[in-house]
Amino acid sequence: MPAIRMSKRWTPFNPETVKRVPGQLGVYQLANAAGEIVYVGVAGGRSLFGLRGELQKWLAAPQAGAAQFRIEVNMSYRTRHLELLMAYRADHEGRLPAANTDIDASRLGRLSPA
Amino acid sequence: MDLQLTEEQTMVVDMVRRFVRREIVPLEDKLDPDTDELPEEDHGRLVAMVKDMGLYGLDIPPDYGGPDIDMVTRTLIAIEMSQHRAGLYAPCYGVFGGAGLAQLFEANDDQKQRYLYPTLRGEKKVFFGLSEPSGGSDPARAIQTRAVRDGQDWVINGQKLWISGADKADYGLLFARTDSDKGRSGITCFIVETDWPGFHVRRIVHTLRSARYATELQFTDLRVPDANILGEVNKGFAIANDRLSRQRIPYAAVCIGVAIKAHELAVEYAKIRHTFGAPLASRQAIQWMLVDNEIDIETSRWLTLVAADKARRGDPFRKEAGLAKLVATEAGGRVVDRCMQIHGGLGVAKDMPFERWFREMRIRRIGEGPNEVQRHIIARDILGMSLR
Repeated sequence: MPAIRMSKRWTPFNPETVKRVPGQLGVYQLANAAGEIVYVGVAGGRSLFGLRGELQKWLAAPQAGAAQFRIEVNMSYRTRHLELLMAYRADHEGRLPAANTDIDASRLGRLSPA
Repeated sequence: MDLQLTEEQTMVVDMVRRFVRREIVPLEDKLDPDTDELPEEDHGRLVAMVKDMGLYGLDIPPDYGGPDIDMVTRTLIAIEMSQHRAGLYAPCYGVFGGAGLAQLFEANDDQKQRYLYPTLRGEKKVFFGLSEPSGGSDPARAIQTRAVRDGQDWVINGQKLWISGADKADYGLLFARTDSDKGRSGITCFIVETDWPGFHVRRIVHTLRSARYATELQFTDLRVPDANILGEVNKGFAIANDRLSRQRIPYAAVCIGVAIKAHELAVEYAKIRHTFGAPLASRQAIQWMLVDNEIDIETSRWLTLVAADKARRGDPFRKEAGLAKLVATEAGGRVVDRCMQIHGGLGVAKDMPFERWFREMRIRRIGEGPNEVQRHIIARDILGMSLR
């Protein structure tokens, strides 16, 4: 059974590391220096430069103390994005990551992962 | 049999076709190519337009406020509604409304008050819980989720798989075994609420269809009152089976709609795309692909309309619905594949809808009863054998 939560190691969030991110579609997470997830994002079919492009947008306008990132190349980027948001919510008493003000929580489903 | 559309059918088909081309297709240029949702403001605006057209709540019986539309016209509408990128699984992004689950129209008055009417008013969402990890094609034998009577309640334990919408639903129809010795006569349908203790959505199941997901459910001592049995104890399989046959007609119809749209794009492209000094349309290899598309589309269309006509007249239609589902899903896959080939590199890019249709169309040969099961049903019907 595939992992519901992303468990890869964090990478420092700076222009040098982001430059090496692939331009493919998928999902990503940003965390603060303490490793707390502050944003769950997606590079969808309209992203000009995929994951790299999305992370570069964040570098241009940093928010919520994002200091680390991790990515997952995934063609099922939409459902994977929703899954990560729902898993986060299940783990954090219904809250979403601090910078995910772009998500309408009422349109998200409810997961209770084992 | 009259093969001509009536004046009313022609008018409705034209109206829906204009709606899809003017209102839905242009919106998709800005949306994620894999989405199945419209921004809320667009959704609300389009629902209002559909209500003005008198077509909102297509699957709701007229007695409950739905439009009075027969099965043939409903099929013609489904063929039109699906002619856009998201059309296979989200025709017109749901702006024509829906009935939720038809089985609830058979509920008792108390259940209608608690579940059906709030669903029709858009206040509650529902899921359909039939398939299990042990299989979905033969639910009568595959259902291992058990419900055991305990006083005035039933206690349910087990799992369901491939269930759409359970994570967002307020309640659902859950099929459980209530008599282990009776096969299909030992299954009962329960209405369960998703916030009751013991109801868990354990995970999302990712598939080729990246716009929408299925879920895996687990029930741990889920307590359901006797009053929440839909129909009668041990008679739930008929409720499930009714849905399975009926659904096959619109399921086929949307495959035809997508095939028509794919074919239309391929015809246009073949005329404007030149190779070695001549348009693709002048090449016999391309012409034959387009002819094969026509054959596939027309075969599917007429088989599906025949099934719809039988259903409309109240005649048995299980064999015809199976034929329609089988042929339309296989033909739809072939048409999309050929159109992708005609478009070359563009055909596989997310710039065009083909790659999404290609992935989603593949699922159609498995969903709503795999095509091998359809062949089984048709063979039994031809041979006059029972399904047991």
